[in-house]
Amino acid sequence: MPQLGADMNAGKLQQWRKHVGDKVQRGDIIADVETDKADIEVEVFSTGTIEKLLIQPGERVPVGTVMALIREEGKPFVVETPAARAGVSVASPASPAAAPRVAPATPAKAEKGRVHISPVARKLAGELGIDPATISGSGPGGRITLEDVQRAAQARAAKPAEAPPEMDRAARMRQAIGAAMARSKREIPHYYLSTSIDVGRAMAWLANENLKRSMEERLVYGVLLVKAVALALRDFPELNGVWIDGKAIAKAEIHVGAAISLRGGGLVAPALHNTDRQSLGELMKSFRDLVQRARAGSLRSSELSDPTITVTSLGEQGVEAVFGVIYPPQVALVGFGKIVERPCAVAGQIVARPTITATLSGDHRVSDGHRGGLFLAAIERLLQDPGRL
Amino acid sequence: MTRDEIRNGVFRALAQVAPEADMTRLKPNVRLRDQLDIDSMDLLNFAIGVHKEFKIEIPEADYPQLATLDGCIDYIAKAKA
Repeated sequence: MPQLGADMNAGKLQQWRKHVGDKVQRGDIIADVETDKADIEVEVFSTGTIEKLLIQPGERVPVGTVMALIREEGKPFVVETPAARAGVSVASPASPAAAPRVAPATPAKAEKGRVHISPVARKLAGELGIDPATISGSGPGGRITLEDVQRAAQARAAKPAEAPPEMDRAARMRQAIGAAMARSKREIPHYYLSTSIDVGRAMAWLANENLKRSMEERLVYGVLLVKAVALALRDFPELNGVWIDGKAIAKAEIHVGAAISLRGGGLVAPALHNTDRQSLGELMKSFRDLVQRARAGSLRSSELSDPTITVTSLGEQGVEAVFGVIYPPQVALVGFGKIVERPCAVAGQIVARPTITATLSGDHRVSDGHRGGLFLAAIERLLQDPGRL
Repeated sequence: MTRDEIRNGVFRALAQVAPEADMTRLKPNVRLRDQLDIDSMDLLNFAIGVHKEFKIEIPEADYPQLATLDGCIDYIAKAKA
């Protein structure tokens, strides 16, 4: 069961899309899973043949539980967790009322330096969604071995289940968001910056550009904002990444998570993959598709696990400035408010100009206000020259 | 095309962006986004839905005329006349 964000502790299998013996390729949808926030299409990250399906539809299992075994082509079948060997169905089939309660993820505790873990053990821990900082190492010098990870997975799978009170999706989503945001405010030393950006040129460029486009290809200004953030990130890699195991990891690829509000409350922030490399037209198409699927509850697992930064806008709600809470393990969040006309001095004259307030919430463990300020300035420069977007 | 036929077509386009909406409760002169919890992306998709439903081209500058149910019906009736 993949962990699709810091606010996910468990998931309920709705259905398998593949059968034992089916061949699968990296990126194929293998299952539909219900989480507290959305219904997710789970992708596989390897190519091979389905060896075994370990979870039954209707089962709710903790993050990290092995759901299926895939025999990779051309490789010996060697990595098999204890839970998988035992054919353990981690949670009994249950109605929602009787579904097992899943303990919240244990916070990382070993922060006195690097976690000593073998590469293969780290890979398995990552696949199982287990934080290495929570595992006791039995190898030389306390090094975490493959067997340690397997034992941790088995221990987690064997946790006693309690019946939770039945909650509807909205209540569960609120609880999940609350847990993730509480963790963020507890663990991440936020700093906040804001700047006012004149978007007159960008809006004029957009209006002119949309005259050339068919109805289905027209752009919304939010796409310009997202693209400007993505391009600016190329020069500020420390803001495009995650904080894991007590250290910052800058990501090579830029996957902006776009905050999308859901009807009935709550939000998700799925990834617009390779945001900086998409043209505005492609990005608009991706954005429209993502919004529709987020609200219809058909997001893919990689879209929830891949974002490297979040962009949120509350301008349509009349908000002038957003000082967001960073979504762990990300290390930055950019916010945009509504476009308002403000008096500006232009060539010695006071004129009304459309402006937008851009904000940055940054993680002080990774960056500081100096770099954050330069990053916002880079976004502004791009919006002053929209033809570069 | 009668106004009722246009209204039904508008409802079909709206249902694409707000499937949970009860169309029978829509007030004709109140902004759709205030009644349906929809945002600019939904409105864009709604405009595209109207374009496909009625085979009419809608310039971006005309989008404000689609803000209410009655506004939509008037705009489409004029375009189809």
